Amino acid sequence: MTNTTGAVTGVNGNMVSVRVKGAVSMNEVAFIIVAGKHLKAEIIRVQGDTVQTQVFEMTKGIRVGDPVEFSGEMLAVELGPGLLGKIYDGLQNPLPEVAKQTGYFLEPGVYLEALTRSTKWAWTPVASAGARVERADVLGTVPEAAFVHQVMVPFTMFDTYTVKSIKPAGEYTITEEVAVLEDGAGKSFPVTMMFEWPVKRAIDCYAERLKPVEPMVTKNRIIDTFFPVAKGGTYCIPGPFGAGKTVLQQVTSRNADVDIVIIAACGERAGEVVETLKEFPELIDPRTGKSLMERTIIVCNTSSMPVAAREASVYTAVTMAEYYRQMGLDVLLLADSTSRWAQAMREMSGRLEEIPGEEAFPAYLESVIAGFYERAGIVRLRDGRTGSVTIGGTVSPAGGNFEEPVTQATLKVVGAFHGLSRERSDARKYPAIHPLESWSKYRGLMAVDSVAWAHRYLERGAEVGQMMKVVGEEGTSIDDFLWYLKSELLDAVYLQQNSFDVVDASVSPERQQAMFSRIVRVLGSSFDFKDKDAARSWFNQLRQRYLDINGIEWDTDAFRKADADIKAFIDERVTGLDKKAARIIESLE
Amino acid sequence: MKKVYSRIESIKGNVISVRATDVAYGELAQVTTRFGVSLAEVNRLSDDIVSLQVFAGGRGISTGDEVRFLGNPMRVAFGDELMGRIFTGSGEPRDKGPALHENLIPIGGPSVNPVNRIIPREMIRTGIPMIDLFNTLVKSQKLPIFSVSGEPYNELLARIAMQAEVDLIVLGGMGLKYDDYLFFKDTLEEGGSLQKTIMFVHTAADPVVECLMVPDIALAVAERFALKGLNVLVLLTDMTNFADAMKEIAITQEQVPSNRGYPGDLYSQLASRYEKAVDFADSGSITILAVTTMPGDDVTHPVPDNTGYITEGQFYLKGGRIEPFGSLSRLKQQVNGKTRADHRAIMDGMIKLFAAYRDTLEKKSMGFQMSAWDQKLLKYGDLFEKEMMDLSVNIPLEGALDKGWEILAACFEPQETGLQTKLIDQFWPKKV
Repeated sequence: MTNTTGAVTGVNGNMVSVRVKGAVSMNEVAFIIVAGKHLKAEIIRVQGDTVQTQVFEMTKGIRVGDPVEFSGEMLAVELGPGLLGKIYDGLQNPLPEVAKQTGYFLEPGVYLEALTRSTKWAWTPVASAGARVERADVLGTVPEAAFVHQVMVPFTMFDTYTVKSIKPAGEYTITEEVAVLEDGAGKSFPVTMMFEWPVKRAIDCYAERLKPVEPMVTKNRIIDTFFPVAKGGTYCIPGPFGAGKTVLQQVTSRNADVDIVIIAACGERAGEVVETLKEFPELIDPRTGKSLMERTIIVCNTSSMPVAAREASVYTAVTMAEYYRQMGLDVLLLADSTSRWAQAMREMSGRLEEIPGEEAFPAYLESVIAGFYERAGIVRLRDGRTGSVTIGGTVSPAGGNFEEPVTQATLKVVGAFHGLSRERSDARKYPAIHPLESWSKYRGLMAVDSVAWAHRYLERGAEVGQMMKVVGEEGTSIDDFLWYLKSELLDAVYLQQNSFDVVDASVSPERQQAMFSRIVRVLGSSFDFKDKDAARSWFNQLRQRYLDINGIEWDTDAFRKADADIKAFIDERVTGLDKKAARIIESLE
Repeated sequence: MKKVYSRIESIKGNVISVRATDVAYGELAQVTTRFGVSLAEVNRLSDDIVSLQVFAGGRGISTGDEVRFLGNPMRVAFGDELMGRIFTGSGEPRDKGPALHENLIPIGGPSVNPVNRIIPREMIRTGIPMIDLFNTLVKSQKLPIFSVSGEPYNELLARIAMQAEVDLIVLGGMGLKYDDYLFFKDTLEEGGSLQKTIMFVHTAADPVVECLMVPDIALAVAERFALKGLNVLVLLTDMTNFADAMKEIAITQEQVPSNRGYPGDLYSQLASRYEKAVDFADSGSITILAVTTMPGDDVTHPVPDNTGYITEGQFYLKGGRIEPFGSLSRLKQQVNGKTRADHRAIMDGMIKLFAAYRDTLEKKSMGFQMSAWDQKLLKYGDLFEKEMMDLSVNIPLEGALDKGWEILAACFEPQETGLQTKLIDQFWPKKV
């Protein structure tokens, strides 16, 4: 706490004005003392001797004149071993521990330590006495879940230091001193395994940012093949309510081929978080053989929790993501939903009586959204390793209309757009990513021109579908009708995926390539059908066979048999193959 | 004894302000006017200027009227004696019973810790096939009834109130027409459900500020009963009136509006109420059914739109029936696997056929010729609407499932239904 003191002069919703004596800094954390409880708040405006704070709790009961203390620090999170598997609120309060203390309800003014102090970690020193180190250099390691957790020189130490002493291998807690560093002036700094970092500052202890090129496999066909996301990239999922945003996020959080997943449940339903909370500890991560929870951190500030903490929650999440990236790991941050975060900003902006922009969102909406997504990235660390933070954010546009400010501001900065459509979700076509509206600037599993070639069928098929609505099936030529059937097949058996089927829920890259090549063969083949009914019935049969094989485990005899059957079934009918399709198939083999 | 202030500085709509010190945000005050005494709640503090929203409204308040702060936030009496009683939005008796001032509990309490929640697991039977069979209501679910004005949403709520298998009904009426209030009262009385019901009713004639209190009071009472082990069903009607009341106060206080004049925190305000729905692991539960009228049948209107993002599905009331399309219970998968073996199959199968029936209707209206299959579908659709969708149909789930098989058998051959052979063998009605 600093020597600055203050007293409340006004309350308006969760904004509290305070008159201060002494120095304060922007975004500093303050505590309003109400009936013995300390309510956490953040300074968001300074005007003369009056500051405006947003309070991370309900403000009922605050009086004019209530004393206020100032911490001198910006809103920060604890970083160190023990973050994995934790469930935090937006301010990094560990919710299970809070539950032990306060029962069913979240009582205001309860702030607990984010990292467990009592755990002993098996420390192995890496740096040796006399070594020259700077921020983020590795001092030692401890094992955490399936990873080697690197204990680094705190990022808040901006000088160059000499390691004066370092503890030998052994068991230590995160508050025990593990090394002593000495700066050029001979001043000593004891270092523990944990330190704090302000959430609204990006962690920048890397050598350089690289271009995201390597695909981040989600095991979701439509994403990996058609609208891929790169490690270190960004993507957004806008969609109206009921279109399946959250289910898509949940499936991705399970299957994504990354080291660590951080889920920021920001202003959404508590019930959805509960499913993740209860199911993840039971599920096994195929990469590590350990429970999925051990690679996951959940930051959970659901819709009925205080709104200012919701604004903080995405920053809390991204800061922890950056911390693990600094160890050379690939981290995926899923934020659901960024609209709720933007709305939290809007509420506060309204209370500050700022001049509103479009739909009353503040004028700085775009730059804040851009600033958040820009914290993603793949970086080369100073020792040559790379690490990445990928950010996927859902957007909940008002009325399902993508023209609204949050969707538009997000689209400007992300590298891939997975637009969910009500039309597709109503037709139970899941995932309801619209294949004609979505896009991605990243390279995926397949060559760009192969994907574009297949995508052409979807476009042409949709055109024919539109036409048929007007002129009827009778007025459509059989060639056009075949385009339509082919696009429907591609949609039904490749774009759509059954997330409730054990096998179909996650499809490996090899299997995607193999199945894509088979679909390309059908798309590029010419057929000889006597009429449209014959064509439709044949394609229906083929669809059924593909749907069946989608549920059969890869690389088994049953799969090989079904695969051979389908090939024979197609061979019977095919009269020729498009040259481009032949080249694509060859390139995939 | 708290100090009495006798100079009101400003009166804007339903909001007054006085110069006062040592007043807490959210504190209650009594305003004594020549029309009587009204409660008021502090909703803004700025130095010594205290703004209050007056429950009885600003009309007729004089600058010389007295304001006395009570030193506590809005509270409501709690206890078993609430059962069967009817109160106003500020907790005063609306029936002829005594006012209750014992055992006061605060309203608008903190949120439930997400880690203490459990995955929903039990269905609530209502006897309405369109709910039980097709979009099962689940304990601890929050579901709105999206409806156009004029639809029989209050009749539907009243029926659910009488038939739902719960221990207690808390009904919160916001901006109810007086007739509707009497309708609820009479229906529940006749049905014998009044004794397990507590009503907090704000009618359209009452001051708008009281409307704002209704959901919080109703949910605070429900929460206490749930913690005592009761399964509580909270019925709220109509949440659009609640949102409009918020809009009115926000505009009066010169807040920057966001969409169509609604305050920017509409989502958070609605969510903090709906999220009170909960199943306490070793105690009772709260389930919320709330009517949301959609101005102009427009689901993208801010109130239904924000509601849809908060709730776990919606019932869509149209043409006096619960529409199978557009209605959704997100939690039904949690419970409909363990009712009866044919539940899911009948649910999906009948809806698919009903979708085909709607297509046929469209074709028919465009003058296309009806095939034999079309004729079957027309017969099926007719039966389905009459024996399943009609709101007067009142049968338990098992009866509804049997009825479903009967309708299918009356219209189709088994293999035309797309149902699994195993189920057909077991459930297809035998020809007599």
